[in-house]
Amino acid sequence: MKYIDEFNDPDLARRLLDEISATVTRPWALMEVCGGQTHSIIRHGIDQLLPEKVELIHGPGCPVCVTPLECIDKALDIAARPDVIFCSFGDMLRVPGTDRDLFRVKGEGGDVRVVYSPLDALKLARQHPDRQVVFFAIGFETTAPANAMAVHQARRLGLTNFSLLVSHVRVPPAVEAIMTAPTCRVQGFLAAGHVCSVMGMSEYPELAERHRVPIVVTGFEPLDILEGIRRAVRQLERGEHWVENAYARAVREDGNPAAIRMIEDVFEVTDRNWRGIGRIPASGWRLREAYRAYDAEHRFDVSGIRTEEPAECRAGEVLQGLIKPTDCAAFGTLCTPRTPLGATMVSSEGACAAYYLYRRMSEPALPREEMNPVG
Amino acid sequence: MADLAVEATATAADPANWTCPAPLRDQPVVVMGHGGGGALSAELIEQVFAPAYGNALLAGMTDSAVLHLGGARLAFSTDSYVVRPLFFPGGCLGDLAVNGTVNDLAMSGARPAYLSAAFVLEEGVELTVVERIARAMGAAAETAGVTIATGDTKVVESGHGDGVYVTTAGVGLVPDGVDIRPQRARPGDAVIVSGPIGLHGVAIMSVREGLEFGIEIASDTAPLAGLVVDMLAVTRDIHVLRDPTRGGLGASLNEIARASGTGVRLRERAVPVPDEVANACGFLGLDPLYVANEGRLVAFVPREEAEAVLAAMRAHPQGAGATLIGECVEEHPGMVVVATGLGGTRVVDLPLGEQLPRIC
Amino acid sequence: MCLAVPGKVVAIDDGADPLTGLIDFGGVRKQACLEYLPDVRVGEYVIVHVGFALQRLDEESARASLELFEQLGLLEEEFGDAWEQAARQENGSEVR
Repeated sequence: MKYIDEFNDPDLARRLLDEISATVTRPWALMEVCGGQTHSIIRHGIDQLLPEKVELIHGPGCPVCVTPLECIDKALDIAARPDVIFCSFGDMLRVPGTDRDLFRVKGEGGDVRVVYSPLDALKLARQHPDRQVVFFAIGFETTAPANAMAVHQARRLGLTNFSLLVSHVRVPPAVEAIMTAPTCRVQGFLAAGHVCSVMGMSEYPELAERHRVPIVVTGFEPLDILEGIRRAVRQLERGEHWVENAYARAVREDGNPAAIRMIEDVFEVTDRNWRGIGRIPASGWRLREAYRAYDAEHRFDVSGIRTEEPAECRAGEVLQGLIKPTDCAAFGTLCTPRTPLGATMVSSEGACAAYYLYRRMSEPALPREEMNPVG
Repeated sequence: MADLAVEATATAADPANWTCPAPLRDQPVVVMGHGGGGALSAELIEQVFAPAYGNALLAGMTDSAVLHLGGARLAFSTDSYVVRPLFFPGGCLGDLAVNGTVNDLAMSGARPAYLSAAFVLEEGVELTVVERIARAMGAAAETAGVTIATGDTKVVESGHGDGVYVTTAGVGLVPDGVDIRPQRARPGDAVIVSGPIGLHGVAIMSVREGLEFGIEIASDTAPLAGLVVDMLAVTRDIHVLRDPTRGGLGASLNEIARASGTGVRLRERAVPVPDEVANACGFLGLDPLYVANEGRLVAFVPREEAEAVLAAMRAHPQGAGATLIGECVEEHPGMVVVATGLGGTRVVDLPLGEQLPRIC
Repeated sequence: MCLAVPGKVVAIDDGADPLTGLIDFGGVRKQACLEYLPDVRVGEYVIVHVGFALQRLDEESARASLELFEQLGLLEEEFGDAWEQAARQENGSEVR
């Protein structure tokens, strides 16, 4: 068992697809919350293989994309300072702030470094005691244990030159916000498997019950995603709404208690802005008072930076499946993958970016095995 | 023939690609992506170099320019080599500097003959490092059957360079009847890659500071001129050759699709990706199609010649893993579309700039 | 969110602080922090995100999923709702 190849099997995928087709009788709109799942769906062309009646709405689950513009501007301000080594996950570097991105700051002389893990940033802080090392702590619940451990270790080691610029977000409040929107079209959720690997499933039954919406904890390989869809469709067809775990190999009911304890030790819940969506109550984490000394926003006094999101952007409506990207006046003109206004154009898997790419292709899909090898 | 080699480029002015201009004022300073072999590199050439040099030769998009000189057809190419670390599993800067230029010449069908080598050395670099690189270049030149005929050395102050930079240029003769360039891709062409992809890029990443991981693979850096000779022995009518270096196979195929106005279809499961490359890309969040190669080529050949060309390639050490991965089509001109293992499709776009590990 | 990949624990450095182990991702080896799975053992598979092992992978569950996919189509006809009942009991999180 390698846990990857087995869950990519095309024959089993066909069985799952057949089963979904056999189950579905009415149109259903499902949202996969997680950007990683969106990536997998696009990467494998899963959306084109589903029956027409099953619509996937790509949710706001890319932490890179939903990091608010104002926070990016703060990051750019800090990263440009001469005494700072600014560390970030690679995919944050090209996310545009108001007038530039981290690549540009690097090009202009800022010391911006891509790290694989927040612990790598911590290591840099120990290696460069004369510099301020700042880590751009973005992410959902999955990434929070890593970022929490970094700041926890920094305090234990007595490091005074390490801090986090925190823009953590949480999934359940986003689900709540989507479901309470008066125009909500989402009828079922594929919950983010790795978020639940950490947090467990306890936050979801209440949401499923109150909004009468199926929630299926779903993994990331093609078969996982198809199984999540199959179970969600089956619930919908039967008028059911409960929390199912379709990713049992990696998700326990209580998540990872040690990781949850560390998150709760370091972070506390706060309201947060989501790029292109707006403010969602209790949807983020910030450092607790005890860790305030490690908060880059305080250390570098960037509280004066206030940025309004562009009014033209309708990413919020796109994310809820209310409009197609092409309905937005800014689409393809003001807003392109090179000059994105909102979350859905920032990520290559975002709904707007995907539309931008795919509308160039006149035919939607190739028949299977159409191309015959000659060699 | 209008081919002045600047670098692997694509035309971002293609109206099917950008609906609005992506002016350089977006990036008033040079960023790393300008050297990434993707859309930013292409813009730099189109908006800065091509207008400044102002000649018709620049319309070409080949790895090497083919010039008429003294009654002969001369392939001419230059490339600067910058790599960190200087030594990596499977080779070093010196191997890249020779093989890279040899391969750029070979992608015009030329037989590489002479190279130049210019060094920019940073003050303080150990001479043994320079010596190791020079020896590697000598050995690579011998293997490739080329002579390093002239050279130059400059030294910059400590802190103003990255140890050693090497620029090589090369010339070679193009045989009669050979006309290989991206514009010649035709619907119906078979698309062949000469072996497993992604080895060089993953080998480099595995030893890059801050990213280190253990992996038992080596860069594929190798000269391809001999392989091309064997392919041309089967047919002179090879339409396109490209060595998918920066930006990987994905960038090269996009460049060919755009230059020729054709579409490219790949079968994902036919693309040879070694398990280690797939797994390294898996945990870094990269697509193997965009990872650099230094000893591979992609060929567009007429369908009826495909089997014979494949057989010739497989008989050569540098083509032992040659595989038919797809075809050139009339549909979706300028685009590369992959049939996924599950039977869906996805578009493989020209990468914007350099590939970065992602968390999302 | 959250590119996390399965890998096999091939070595554990008990002396490291925080607890660290070497994970094999199909021929690619990388250190990961094991602090959140302190009782993990060499040979077990874990899911790793940004250098942290977040959860162990349960082989039995994985096999059960694959077997279910194999049975799809057949199972529904033969067993009908019985399987669903079992599935609900298994995950124990039903809300109705």
